[in-house]
Amino acid sequence: MKFDTPATTNPIDRLTIVGKPTDRIDGPLKTTGRAPYAYERHDVAPDAVYGYVVGATIAKGRIRAIDTHAARAAPGVLAVVTADNAGRLGKGKHNTARLLGGPQIEHYHQAIALVVAETFEQARAAAALVRVDYERAHGRYDLARGRDAAVEPKSDPDTGAGDFDAAYAAAAVRLDATYTTPDQSHAMMEPHASIAAWNGDRLTLWTSNQMIHWSKRDMAMTLGIAEDKVRLDSPYIGGGFGGKLFLRADALLAALGARAVRRPVKVALQRPLIFNNTTHRPATIQRLRIGCRQDGTIEAIAHESWSGDLPGGSPEVATQQSRWLYAGAHRKAALRLATLDLPEGNAMRAPGEAPGMLALEVAMDEMAEKLGIDPVQFRVLNDTQVDPEQPERPFSQRRLVECLRTGAERFGWQRRAARPAQVREGRWWIGLGMAAAYRNNLVMTSGARVRLDRRGIVTVETDMTDIGTGSYTIIAQTAAEMMGVPLDRVVVRLGDSNFPVSAGSGGQWGANSATAGVYAACTKLREAVARRLDLDPTAATFEDGIVRAGDRRIALTEAAQDAELAAEDHIEFGDLAERYRQATFGAHFVEVGVDAWTAEIRVRRMLAVCAAGRILNPKSARSQVIGAMTMGVGAALMEELAIDRRLGFFVNHDLAGYEVPVHADIPHQEVVFLDETDPISSPMKAKGVGELGICGVGAALANAIHNAVGVRVRDYPITLDKLIAQMPRIGK
Amino acid sequence: MRAFTYERASSPAQAAEKAARTPGARFIAGGTNLLDLMKLEIETPTHLIDVNGLDLDRIEDVDDGGLRIGALVRNTDLAAHPRVRRDYAVLVRALLSGASGQLRNRATTAGNLLQRTRCPYFYDTAQPCNKRLPGSGCAALQGVSRQHAVIGVGDACIATHPSDMAVAMRLLDATVETVRPDGTTRRIAIADLHRLPGDRPQVETVLAPGELVTAVVLPAPLGGRHVYRKVRDRASYAFALVSVAAVVQRDGSGRVALGGIAPKPWRVAAADAELPRGAGAVSERLLAGARPTAHNAFKLTLVERTLGAVLAEAGAQA
Repeated sequence: MKFDTPATTNPIDRLTIVGKPTDRIDGPLKTTGRAPYAYERHDVAPDAVYGYVVGATIAKGRIRAIDTHAARAAPGVLAVVTADNAGRLGKGKHNTARLLGGPQIEHYHQAIALVVAETFEQARAAAALVRVDYERAHGRYDLARGRDAAVEPKSDPDTGAGDFDAAYAAAAVRLDATYTTPDQSHAMMEPHASIAAWNGDRLTLWTSNQMIHWSKRDMAMTLGIAEDKVRLDSPYIGGGFGGKLFLRADALLAALGARAVRRPVKVALQRPLIFNNTTHRPATIQRLRIGCRQDGTIEAIAHESWSGDLPGGSPEVATQQSRWLYAGAHRKAALRLATLDLPEGNAMRAPGEAPGMLALEVAMDEMAEKLGIDPVQFRVLNDTQVDPEQPERPFSQRRLVECLRTGAERFGWQRRAARPAQVREGRWWIGLGMAAAYRNNLVMTSGARVRLDRRGIVTVETDMTDIGTGSYTIIAQTAAEMMGVPLDRVVVRLGDSNFPVSAGSGGQWGANSATAGVYAACTKLREAVARRLDLDPTAATFEDGIVRAGDRRIALTEAAQDAELAAEDHIEFGDLAERYRQATFGAHFVEVGVDAWTAEIRVRRMLAVCAAGRILNPKSARSQVIGAMTMGVGAALMEELAIDRRLGFFVNHDLAGYEVPVHADIPHQEVVFLDETDPISSPMKAKGVGELGICGVGAALANAIHNAVGVRVRDYPITLDKLIAQMPRIGK
Repeated sequence: MRAFTYERASSPAQAAEKAARTPGARFIAGGTNLLDLMKLEIETPTHLIDVNGLDLDRIEDVDDGGLRIGALVRNTDLAAHPRVRRDYAVLVRALLSGASGQLRNRATTAGNLLQRTRCPYFYDTAQPCNKRLPGSGCAALQGVSRQHAVIGVGDACIATHPSDMAVAMRLLDATVETVRPDGTTRRIAIADLHRLPGDRPQVETVLAPGELVTAVVLPAPLGGRHVYRKVRDRASYAFALVSVAAVVQRDGSGRVALGGIAPKPWRVAAADAELPRGAGAVSERLLAGARPTAHNAFKLTLVERTLGAVLAEAGAQA
């Protein structure tokens, strides 16, 4: 199905199942421990043996010699795979560094060996016996020092409109501020894990992966075999946040290990390895310049961002939202990419906007303060209904102002003291802060197969993944709505590369795109059902298990009495995404307390108002948004991969050292979805929502801290050591 | 993890005797720290002596009005004990600010005192660490050191002692009872239990090889207001940047001890005398001779301000 004109009325609009708050259909499996995660697929490979990964202990250089004799002689050991014996390996399209290093070492904890043994304990013990002689090379580990040599990336050239420099120079009120965000880790609960088994020249991989087709292709590319020889199966995923978008070392090494020992091999990346071995969100240095008229109109806005990556890597597109969020005739956005020898950077939940909004939305707060205009009003003033870089291109839907106003009203924003450090409750300084939320809405081709059997069960199959987001449930809701059956008549099977290729889970495109793919397949199945029942396909309606056309009513099950009916289709998006700018919008409001003595920061209240098209399942959508808000608290207050700039690695590489919020950090969270449909986005009229919740929340928190104590920290995370020297008098 | 042999101890004296004559032996109780370290091969015992079955899990009154806490009393049980709650509230508060409910259910009194540092370079076996591999150097000294100690440190090591409970025990002037390999027992003032690193950071206590902690004895209650304030980046389940334990009397006298800033629970007798003069004076005495890094110099200010908060809280209670 090609989607190239805005959606008109369709069966989804009935909203008998779609749009209703619905419990996860996979919930009971998960809460009873019966959802099989990759490392626990005991049924598929009962004779699996265990691999343990050895990571490089230098950041850059080469292996002079690797001695695996002792490891191979250790009890239970079946093989030790290294670059020396793994055979010729290519590299996946989505990998920057090689997944099996040696002799060249590109980053700390790059995998250099897999020890395979009968038991996990034997593999782990033997891994400690691998002796490596390294030749260290000089590396670049400091973004600030690499800043001047950073280059404009070919993938992301500078953009703009008008004449920024002149307009900025002439502006009545100017802000020029620089912000930094640190490297961050996805820190998902389930580690990267895979079981690999070979049957002749065919590889099956039970794994934990967000993008089945990307990783199937990259596995084939890396092994140098045909894509159709590789099967991936990833039905349940214990969190990804972008960390599992790609083929990673667990999968490749499990495949190599299984080939070496001719038995299935299972590998989970050990937690202390994950932070340096896998991808992370890259640190940024961001400079914002905003020039305004006295009345608050933005005349000029420029956002420049520096980030680093390994050679061949890509930039963090932190300027993205600044191209589209606010009006201003004179503007520019520029990315610069430095070469660093730290582990490879890549996508983490809302790449671009998540760190970009941390800078832009604090700059907006600073500018509002300079102007003496309320921060909500300042944003309202500078709203735009068209792409500021290409004014002929409107937004498909843009209700930012309504989000801002609704949020201000519900949060009690008028009670905020405009001057900082005015409100005190006992030991706490209290502050309110807000920020806009913005995340692009991306759409991706997505396919599905739908089957109707004689019992009336509708089975959906697609390689779409559920990374904890609720994909199973919204896909079931979509199929139930389309076929006119209750939710419990729908079976959803996900994550298998034998199923039609879907959009996968990333960039908050999954929910809208994958359900649109299911919509397309169901549309085809409806036609097949109608034809089988001799009904006019264009007139047939599907409701309560009955297919109706004109005065004829036939049970849906009749259609499959003789043989199962199946249909497969995919949704393909035309040029609507070019003709319209598509994005999701919101507003974040945060109340924070800062301890007058210790400068400890604790969040007291949070509210997000979101305008993100049709909300397919308000329950799982809310869950996505509060999870993202929680992650935003982490970004603002504690998450930082601490770099040892001499040795070139992230030092705090476990969950004790890399702090993410715990329950006690998270207070009452409220989420409001505006009632919205976006017919330009897809037949579902939905958009993504899984990333919107993290975009801006950290800035709202930073602004609240400033409001509480009058200290502006431009260097994330905002920890108490950055406040303590500038705290207001303790008083009281 | 290296292969090891295992036995259950039959008595404290037998355990100590066996540990002393078995090279590479370690005691195991709750295992909340040791097992993690063994998996990473930071600890590589060849023989484990499981003391969990020993009769060391009781809390009993002693004649001078104090309390004897068996070495195996779990942190959860200690924090819930009626006499501890009534007479040693600072200890309860310290205990409950540490780790998580699950860990406290397993962690023992002696094990908590003897837990090892959380320095990330100690935890990464690829990095130099004088505590883990004597003579290899200290990576933290010029490295990432925001969490590290600011006083009592040396060029060989700047690691902290991570315990909260031990800070309260130090404040209360607890005594550690042990049994030695020859069957004799001794009492060690908690002030003397932990060593400063000097040039041998791998030796963390004065316990002799094989010597087994059997109990911790608290002196008679001090009365006064009990406060334990732990400052950290997140609200729970994190080690202290700075912690302050204090008992303050109505007349403003009292005592304080610090956690998160030194290789051992930190107490300076002369600082207690300054309490009536306020946080600045106390902090000056406590931190005289501090040697912070660029990353952790903020702890000096933080100590003074946290002391201020504690004294304000104690005053408000009075």
